[in-house]
Amino acid sequence: MSDAVVPHRPEPSAVPARGGVGWVRRALDSDIFYSFRRSKLTMAAGIVTILFFLLAIFAPFLSVQNPFDPAQLQLMNSRISPLWTADGQSPFLLGTDEQGRDVCSAILYGLRVSLLVGVLGVVLAGALGITLGLIAGYVGGAVDGLIMRIADVQLTFPAILIALLVNGVAKSVFGNKLDAMSTLVVLVVAIGLSFWVQYARTVRGSVMVEKNRDYVAAAQLIGLPAPIIMLRHVLPNTMGPILVIATINLALAIITEATLSFLGVGLPDTMPSLGTLIRIGNNYLFAGEWWIVAFPGFALAGLILSINLLGDWLRDALNPKLR
Amino acid sequence: MTPPVLSVRNLEVEFHTRRSVLHAINGISFDIAKGEVLGVVGESGAGKSVTGLAVIGLLDPPGRIAGGEIHLSGMRIDHLPPEEIRRIRGKRIGMIFQDPLTSLNPLYRIGDQIVETIRTHTNLTETAARKRAIDLLAEVGIPAPEKRIDAYPHEFSGGMRQRVVIALAICAEPELIIADEPTTALDVSVQAQIISLIKRLGRDHGTAVMLVTHDMGVIAETSDRVAVMYSGRIAEIGPVQDVVQNPLHPYAKGLMGAIPTLAGEDKRLVQIPGSMPRLSAIPQGCPFNPRCGFVFDRCRVERPEPVVRGRQAVACHLYDAAPNDVAKETAA
Amino acid sequence: MLAFTLRRAIQAIGVLIAVGIISFSMFRFAGDPVNQIVSIDTSAAEREAVRKSLGLDDPVVVQFARYFGNAAQFKFGVSYQFRQPVSNLLADRMPATLELAICATIFAMVFGILMGVYSALRRESALAKLFQAVSLIGISLPTFLIGILLIYLFSVTLGWLPSFGRGDVVRLGWWTTGLLTLSGLKALILPSITLGLFQLTLIMRLVRAEMLEVLRTDYIRFARARGLTTRAIHFGHALKNTLVPVITVAGLQFGSVIAFAIITETVFQWPGMGLLFVQAVQNVDIPIMAAYLLMVSLIFVTINLVVDLLYTIVDPRLRSTISRPA
Repeated sequence: MSDAVVPHRPEPSAVPARGGVGWVRRALDSDIFYSFRRSKLTMAAGIVTILFFLLAIFAPFLSVQNPFDPAQLQLMNSRISPLWTADGQSPFLLGTDEQGRDVCSAILYGLRVSLLVGVLGVVLAGALGITLGLIAGYVGGAVDGLIMRIADVQLTFPAILIALLVNGVAKSVFGNKLDAMSTLVVLVVAIGLSFWVQYARTVRGSVMVEKNRDYVAAAQLIGLPAPIIMLRHVLPNTMGPILVIATINLALAIITEATLSFLGVGLPDTMPSLGTLIRIGNNYLFAGEWWIVAFPGFALAGLILSINLLGDWLRDALNPKLR
Repeated sequence: MTPPVLSVRNLEVEFHTRRSVLHAINGISFDIAKGEVLGVVGESGAGKSVTGLAVIGLLDPPGRIAGGEIHLSGMRIDHLPPEEIRRIRGKRIGMIFQDPLTSLNPLYRIGDQIVETIRTHTNLTETAARKRAIDLLAEVGIPAPEKRIDAYPHEFSGGMRQRVVIALAICAEPELIIADEPTTALDVSVQAQIISLIKRLGRDHGTAVMLVTHDMGVIAETSDRVAVMYSGRIAEIGPVQDVVQNPLHPYAKGLMGAIPTLAGEDKRLVQIPGSMPRLSAIPQGCPFNPRCGFVFDRCRVERPEPVVRGRQAVACHLYDAAPNDVAKETAA
Repeated sequence: MLAFTLRRAIQAIGVLIAVGIISFSMFRFAGDPVNQIVSIDTSAAEREAVRKSLGLDDPVVVQFARYFGNAAQFKFGVSYQFRQPVSNLLADRMPATLELAICATIFAMVFGILMGVYSALRRESALAKLFQAVSLIGISLPTFLIGILLIYLFSVTLGWLPSFGRGDVVRLGWWTTGLLTLSGLKALILPSITLGLFQLTLIMRLVRAEMLEVLRTDYIRFARARGLTTRAIHFGHALKNTLVPVITVAGLQFGSVIAFAIITETVFQWPGMGLLFVQAVQNVDIPIMAAYLLMVSLIFVTINLVVDLLYTIVDPRLRSTISRPA
């Protein structure tokens, strides 16, 4: 239908402008922000996500105790059910666990760890993927072939499997007795190595396109070195898709960390993430102490759902073609 | 007197969007007689395809018929329930779309698609339908049809695929064929063959044809009559020789001036300044008034209704005001 | 066609060799295999003897060739924790995992396609919107949380279904099956749902998106113009065109289902390869980890190959473009 009457739609605003600050400004006063305000669900998701981050950052000020300081735990406070139930006790809003640890405080601290690992993992994956993608796209030839073949092979395996393997190898190399902080680093590396492929493919694709554009030729002509051209001119063009991937991957990274911790190969009980809390709480489920596992579960599900909603919306708003 | 095969009266089509209602078709009327080819010409967005879709009942929401009547051989069809208009589609009205490459389902053999259509509309058995499919393929000029019937669409060239599409459109002997830009997507060398095929089929079977195109050359070659559309209205309608050689509406004049001829090579082709208004911003009065060289005050307020001039009908104030003076003036 | 098959087969072997190198490096360089076998007070001389007997003194290339040769015959060495050949352990556990993965996939395909088709055809209906909402939640809930939720609901609260294990199994040769006993079937339900739910949402979203895409195509419009019945258009034309990519994705996903079984098996203490693998990671049992990686890759690669070939059979366009230039 060559001349069908198509109802007027807002012009697509998906073309990212060049330059970081300009992009942000444009994003804010464009259709994107408009569509953000229009979708109540997305707004709610945005607010909840910010809330989660604030709760995590200010955890020490919001919790009634430091749940990981044994001196602050009292066994007489153990297994108290949530405040609104018959046996509830103040100040334990969501009840306490076996060791008298306040579930609410544990969630706040666990949220910190989960978000920290997730964000660091996404940053590492992004840095790795963008760098490799830029190199593959710009250098081309055998280097490109090698990087993309590795990406292909890795893409056939689910991220969780890669993360488990990296984790297992790290344990084997450094011995099984890693302290909590080193485990956290191992987890970040495992997640980073599991999620770089998508960034690399996206960046490589757009480098291949942009490489032949006139403005890159012009930049080469005035003698700008290749890395500068890539970083200043080509990379900003891919920021939209990268932002989408990063948002969706943040949810995936948090799930991956939680899963590893749940499987008992992630963060230890001394520095629990939400996943660790769920693993611990799962042991009390049959005893009827549902609150020890339920609330960390709700927190994790709510966090991931909000981030996913944001990611979904961002993907549609920035680029309807990106799947 | 037998009624025309297709009779459209004051048809209006609207598209409802969140912000407003767009009037894609604004009260058009025309007839197509048995065996007649009506060419519908105009720029993109003039409403040519929408008219075709409205006739065959394939307007998708948010589009809908907002007024007027459509009669097929005397029977009103614009308000039929979906199931009844479906029975008419493919059986009494055949449709040919622009792009033969995408009109056929790539996963089914062409024979299966033809047999499926035949059996939807007739009581033929599988074997009889298949035999008819082979005959149809032969009729539209596919060589070795008994072999090619089992081929998949991608195994045909664009021109051959359009022939298959035509076979599908005529497989139930329809009274009317709507061909929506049937040659636009084809190579120039193939276009003429497809056009003459459509023309021949119309003649042989007495089928009425509504040929939608933006190509005046195609219209001149095939059509008996032509309707020039502009902004959802018919600017001028009449026998093809009259409209081509003596266009009345200023827009039609511009359109005819844009056809290159072998005789006048030293003349510059006429260009109509500006472009057709968007549906959301159709000016008051005559929609052509901002681009018209003969515009006067009345054109900006009052919408012109079609007036009959000889065998032509034209919607332009130049002709209902003071016919003789203006005709002289514009002819000069 | 033959050339295409051959090319895909060579690619598959390439992937297997790459995974083999990773698996071998883990086996050889991540921790000292000798330390895992001898005790702390073994003398240096004895360690050397063990080292020699394991062939760890040979050049790395020779070691790799030997490792690969053994792996090709499914000899993966001896587990550090169980002191048993890894191949026996894997063979014991494989039926449990495969039965679970197949049940989960069937569950995901059947419901995913039904729900996807429904929400594409009745886009505005309340049920379709509910499906969309549930699918978003399904993607956002980690597998282990779904498992815990189901256990709490159907095992702890209602007491209808078992919360762990396979139930009674029947031995058929080396294969053990839970499909032939009532308790075995009951034990399969919750793990299959847990494992399949993510795939279900994936398939549902994919079917919906694909079907909406297909319904917008010219050939569907032309099918309507030909006057075909809605039924024939939706279920004859649109569904077939939708399912081609969907089957491919679902087939490729079978590999991930097996890998994701790691989580489900842990939640339900399902005695499959995944549980074995998690225990191996917890206890740094490198031979099992390496062998699991190889086995899963083998399954992945085989499935990819089969799906590629199936795809060419389903889609006539591919068939001829592949066979023609070759």
